[in-house]
Amino acid sequence: MQNNEIYKDINEDLKWAQINKDILSSMENPRKGYWISVAACLALLSLAIIAEVYQYNVGMGAANLNWPHMWDLYIATFIFWIGMSHAGTLLSAILHIMNADWRKPIYRFAEAMTTFSLLTAGLFPMIHLGRLWNMYWVLPYLTDRGIWPNFRSPLVWDAFAISTYLSSSALFLFIGMIPDLAICRDNAKGWRKKLYTALSLGWRGDDRQWRNFRRTYLIMACFLIPLAVSVHSIVSSDFAMSIMPGWSVTSFPPYFVAGALYSGCAAIITLFILLRYYFRWEEYMTIAILEKTAKLTFAIAMVWTYLNLIEFCSVWYGHSFADKEVLLAKFTGPYAPWFWLMIFCGSVVPFALAFEKWRRHLPTMMVVSILLNLGMWLERWMIVAPTLSLSYHPIAHDVMWASWVQWFIVAGSFGWFGLLFLVFVKVFPSVSMYECKEMVLHRRELAHKEISPVMANNPGGGAPASGVANKSPGVEGS
Amino acid sequence: MKKCRILGLFGNFDDAFAAIGDFRNHKVDGITVDDVTFLSPIEHPDIDDVLGPRKSHIPKVTLCGAAFGITFGFLFLASAQSNFLIQPQGGKAIVPLPSNIVLTYEMMILFSVISTVIAFLITTRLFRKRKSLYSEKITLDQVAIEFEVDEKYIESIKGVFKEHHVVEVREEVQT
Repeated sequence: MQNNEIYKDINEDLKWAQINKDILSSMENPRKGYWISVAACLALLSLAIIAEVYQYNVGMGAANLNWPHMWDLYIATFIFWIGMSHAGTLLSAILHIMNADWRKPIYRFAEAMTTFSLLTAGLFPMIHLGRLWNMYWVLPYLTDRGIWPNFRSPLVWDAFAISTYLSSSALFLFIGMIPDLAICRDNAKGWRKKLYTALSLGWRGDDRQWRNFRRTYLIMACFLIPLAVSVHSIVSSDFAMSIMPGWSVTSFPPYFVAGALYSGCAAIITLFILLRYYFRWEEYMTIAILEKTAKLTFAIAMVWTYLNLIEFCSVWYGHSFADKEVLLAKFTGPYAPWFWLMIFCGSVVPFALAFEKWRRHLPTMMVVSILLNLGMWLERWMIVAPTLSLSYHPIAHDVMWASWVQWFIVAGSFGWFGLLFLVFVKVFPSVSMYECKEMVLHRRELAHKEISPVMANNPGGGAPASGVANKSPGVEGS
Repeated sequence: MKKCRILGLFGNFDDAFAAIGDFRNHKVDGITVDDVTFLSPIEHPDIDDVLGPRKSHIPKVTLCGAAFGITFGFLFLASAQSNFLIQPQGGKAIVPLPSNIVLTYEMMILFSVISTVIAFLITTRLFRKRKSLYSEKITLDQVAIEFEVDEKYIESIKGVFKEHHVVEVREEVQT
């Protein structure tokens, strides 16, 4: 019996009042590690601000961005953050439609990850432009100066797709949070009370609200899935629609989408472990849920590995000399150490997830998830840099390494994302309380169904006679 | 006759559902299950069976939003492209369909989502001032049945509530 406990997504004996109490009180009293993380994020962000101010004043040369290396870490990191944003869509929308209810305690922070990743990704095209003040040129507005974006360019599609994704995912996050904000409103004091009262929009939890809430959430989930796929396909089109060797690959859109889901899942594991520790959420972020997330990550890792091999094979067996040169340069050229590190982190390390013992061991999972994300970041860099160092013209053959400015800004993006995320989890409930209650009710119903046949044979067995399934642990239970 | 609001708080779904069953069976003359407003901390999976089918108009609004997104998105792009003739087109189409399909698709999703959210806010009657009978125990662990009825029904409704182990009854006469 005790052995079964560790395989449970959630303990069905949890009282509903206890769920509210646990989540709300832990939000206000995190462990010290939380504040250390906030300080680390602030430090990283400061580095990025210093680097950006320097680059703004000196010019893009300070970043070592020069022809032919016009795209480097900035665009690689932009793709990385866009990829990370797919975590929320996967856990929230796809698993919601598939009725995988184990996602319920962890999907909220994954949705927040989506929004904050997009906010982070959105900074990179601006930083990369150098001329921040001209960013608005990409927006479709009428002007008598004849400036107009080229609608045939995937870069303009990016602007449309990412802004649509950002607005939709932010709305999805907010709508899903309304019932929990009402719980917060009913329990908070001071400034929190005011904030939650405004944001809960007067939610009462009546049947009309719940019915429409469910419909809205489902419809939004249905729209978010094709949207997420289109966003990363469009980002892949930035490369695939060019004629550069190594980029014009038909399998790029699914490859990018698989990579995005992969890095998103790995990031969920990292943040899962951190949040579980910071807020003492062992009852909600259980090992069983972590294990399911790890299995999902492993499956996606194998898809990504397959698509990687397919890409290599199509280039190898194709007849494009330049494409083959770039591929060989990745294997053996100046970028080879980073390329093989990417293969190790992205395709070898995930095999650790195939072993139950490691899937259930938090420190191992923490290290593995960080390595997976390192691999995913390297993947994006290995898409951008080798091609630019070896394009069609020999005059353009040049290897260039990023300067400290680029590295600081990349590091700062993690600080920026981390800061937004940490503020969010401190102010808003990152475990969905009402859905944990649904889970508890569901598990209790299942337990009752399992008990019932036994009861039929053993009427005096001592288990509750009726009504167990629908008994909320309210007045009677608490 | 004065209008009254009455709210009964129950400790579990079983008792509340049993009370609703009584209202469905016309135990109180003049009160039907359509008059019931059920408040709960979660949406119980059996709630539709208990209350009977109640419509939601959100999918229709979403469909309208999607249709608007497609139409507006395409026309916006096409009108912009056909007004911008300074740049030489080099034999390419002035209104390029392949790229416009991609952008129209994005616009369709954006307007569908926005219209769904607007429909949700309107149909759920959010932004309204909370009714005074609301109990904070509903977001904690209790469920409630609420009526807005003529004063003459109040005692009969209370009777049904008590029969099903109501925890607390609140009432209010509307002025």
